[in-house]
Amino acid sequence: MDQEQTVTGKSIFRIDGPPKVRGEAKYAAEYKVPDLLHAYVVTASIAKGRILSIDLSAARQFPGVVEILSHKNRPWFWPVSFLYKDAAGPPGKPFMPLYDDRVHFSGQPVALVIAESYEAARDAAALVGVTYKAEPHATDLARSPAFIPRKHRIGVAPVPHPTGDADRAFASAPVKIEAAYTTSPENHHPMELFATTVEWGDNIVTVYDKTQSPKSVELFLKVAFRLIGRKVRVVSSYVGGGFGLGLRPQQSVFLAVMAAKSLKRSVRLVLPRDHMFALGYRANTVQTVSLAADEKGRLQAIRHKAIAATSQFEDAQDPILLFSASLYRCDNVKLNYELAKLDTVSPCDMRAPGAATGMFALESAMDELAYALGADPLALRLTNYTERDQSENRPFSSKALRECYAQGSERFGWDKRSHAPRSMREDKELIGWGMATGAWEAAMSPAPARAEVRLRSDGKFEVTSSITDIGTGTYTILSQIAADELETPIERIVVRLGDSALPFNPIQGGSWTAATSGAAVQSACRKLKAKITSQAKKAGVLDRRPGTELLSASALADLLKLRRGGELSATGTMFSPPFGKRFSSATHAAVFAEVRVDEELSVVRVTRIVCAVAAGRILNPTTARSQIIGATVMGIGKALHEDTAYDHNLGRCMAHSFGDYHIPSNADVYDIDVVFVDETDTQVSPLGVKGVGEIGVVAVAPAIANAIFHATGQRMRDLPITIDRLARARSRAS
Amino acid sequence: MAAAPNTAHRVAYTINGVIRVATVEPGVTLLDLLREEFDLTGTKKGCDHGQCGACTVLMNGHRINSCLVLAVSRSGSVVTTIEGIGTSDGLHPLQEAFVKHDALQCGYCTPGQICSAIGLISEGTAKTRDEIREGMSGNLCRCGAYTGIVDAIEEVMAAVSDAESLP
Repeated sequence: MDQEQTVTGKSIFRIDGPPKVRGEAKYAAEYKVPDLLHAYVVTASIAKGRILSIDLSAARQFPGVVEILSHKNRPWFWPVSFLYKDAAGPPGKPFMPLYDDRVHFSGQPVALVIAESYEAARDAAALVGVTYKAEPHATDLARSPAFIPRKHRIGVAPVPHPTGDADRAFASAPVKIEAAYTTSPENHHPMELFATTVEWGDNIVTVYDKTQSPKSVELFLKVAFRLIGRKVRVVSSYVGGGFGLGLRPQQSVFLAVMAAKSLKRSVRLVLPRDHMFALGYRANTVQTVSLAADEKGRLQAIRHKAIAATSQFEDAQDPILLFSASLYRCDNVKLNYELAKLDTVSPCDMRAPGAATGMFALESAMDELAYALGADPLALRLTNYTERDQSENRPFSSKALRECYAQGSERFGWDKRSHAPRSMREDKELIGWGMATGAWEAAMSPAPARAEVRLRSDGKFEVTSSITDIGTGTYTILSQIAADELETPIERIVVRLGDSALPFNPIQGGSWTAATSGAAVQSACRKLKAKITSQAKKAGVLDRRPGTELLSASALADLLKLRRGGELSATGTMFSPPFGKRFSSATHAAVFAEVRVDEELSVVRVTRIVCAVAAGRILNPTTARSQIIGATVMGIGKALHEDTAYDHNLGRCMAHSFGDYHIPSNADVYDIDVVFVDETDTQVSPLGVKGVGEIGVVAVAPAIANAIFHATGQRMRDLPITIDRLARARSRAS
Repeated sequence: MAAAPNTAHRVAYTINGVIRVATVEPGVTLLDLLREEFDLTGTKKGCDHGQCGACTVLMNGHRINSCLVLAVSRSGSVVTTIEGIGTSDGLHPLQEAFVKHDALQCGYCTPGQICSAIGLISEGTAKTRDEIREGMSGNLCRCGAYTGIVDAIEEVMAAVSDAESLP
């Protein structure tokens, strides 16, 4: 097919756009199921201890209540925790709701009310009286003892080994900085509430669930509830955002299926927004970074220590320090990664887990070093640019970060920046320009992915895969890949996703879906094309002229007629890439931010962001750009708003709603400009794709923090940089 | 609905041009009436507190958070939900503009954004991008599609002021 006729790499409108703007796309809580019961969760009001008693007398009397489950009367499920392991789980014992009388964290489910209506379940839940024996709890990271995790989390890159002698190099270097940084816990809060609708049947249990992995949920439910003899089908055709919170089978699906199994009835559970604070969070961190350089700005030593929160029952781990050893050229690097156990739910992956918090500290420290040297922050990055991954001592499969710096800074107008803090101003507002580097792993899934493509009797090709589209554009890019591989107009491609009955795919995460599931689709299409071509030749219906589509609709119809209804289909599999790679692979970004700070009120506005990204081949600039813009918005939230604030006396999260957990609103977001830098990479994945889901968020918070320093002269080392923190820093300085 | 007939009330709404009646408990919100009773699931529940705007519908021509309205309290009103916007074979200009500007990702907040945008345009107070952003700040989008949302609204707003009416 001619280059002009191909659709991959072009801006195709999101194909799931029309059903979404019409309100026709169905999410987990929206399937109409006969005789449906509704469930509501009662949550623990203490952080640690035991349940002494549960008084159900008032709740049971409430009209419409059918059953109330707790650890005392729940149906049987396997008591062994290793059976609850999932693809994204860290070492430890996964949390099992209503397992026993122990309370592990505030907000933990302690009872489940099931009623004829949502309102009855909700109102009766308020009448459940639980008495506890509270035990001393710990939720304050700063006061909790840190330890090195004994077991490494599978699937997360290990902390790079030390190189050289960072302590000695730091001691003897002429220019150095050392500073402590903290990041707050954050919650994902996709707009769709976590919800599950279970349609209970004697032979098949259909579970409409909000998840990033229908296959994981299916396997989990079969094992946990011993539904082996029954067919379990998990459907997640549309998922209203995930950001990592749907990577593991969630409490909601566990509880809804528990209720359905107990009553042999169909049940819906929709978690209210406040319960979503206790499903998982981005681990808060305390970090120290020491950087030393010679007079020319060449890095002599990097030391980066991070202590991250985890729960008492699992050692959640993120690659916080992954890029501290590989982003810049430096011979002496020392990294320390520790955890501290808190009485909270386990932290879980949240968009660019680890990198988004670790790079805040590293890239803030680089800005501090630039000012210690009297150097331009961008020039300092270029001075220490590296073409090799020093920590692994191997080349990158591709690295167009230099072009990100060049094109991003040009688009932003970085050369017009005046170096001194507080040197730019307009009326009452101080203006600051800051920048930071971003990096994220460009990986393929370690688990294989499959896809099937089938020629339908209506002449359309149906591509099926269990992978979800969580707003990422997966429907669209898989259509594009299939259209080009089958040399067929995209209108003749139908994609069905998000169903565990469809070919196996791993979790939608790690920015690997386009590369992994895309490669499986590519393989399936190539096999089908070969089949069609040989059969069409035999049948004499191959009417192909150069530059035209593989088979016209009429030729396909002829072919199907000749086969008398017999189907033509093929399955493709993407096997995980072999271990011991000869190269490192990463996506890179350079983010440039402009802030305007009201000097009297300390209100910060992020008025302009340019994000230049090198992510290999971009399959669809429209949907990819939206991913980067969306991640940038999340980065603005991380920098300025998002804080799951705890009352450590109560061990309880004080945020219960969007009223007290602020995410960026439309008025918080001004101009965001995305530049995709050309980057050809033939080694990273069969499609040359690196993935764009997470890279966008990494550098945003440090770029904004650095811009705030440039505007105000205040170095803000604790996220989020709220108005009160900035005002306090200002009053301390004056 | 819960079994307590002595407290239930009869309500009637004109929804997307069709009169719909139901018997509801006093604690049922308009949002839950739409979703659970009438199966109009295009209207979304994102917070149930009037903070996210996913449940935005038009009531008597004005945009409202349907989670903040008790179904018994506004019986007789005319309600337009996303299912009543556009026709069976054609998209409303705003729906079209949302697709064109990729003003959505996961799509969950989208029906509320579109209903809110229709309300904003008919209010006629927002003229600039800043005013659109301010006027749309009751509708949260965690995917962060805000720039596309403003682009889409700005484009339709310009076309409306040319044509002086919105279909």
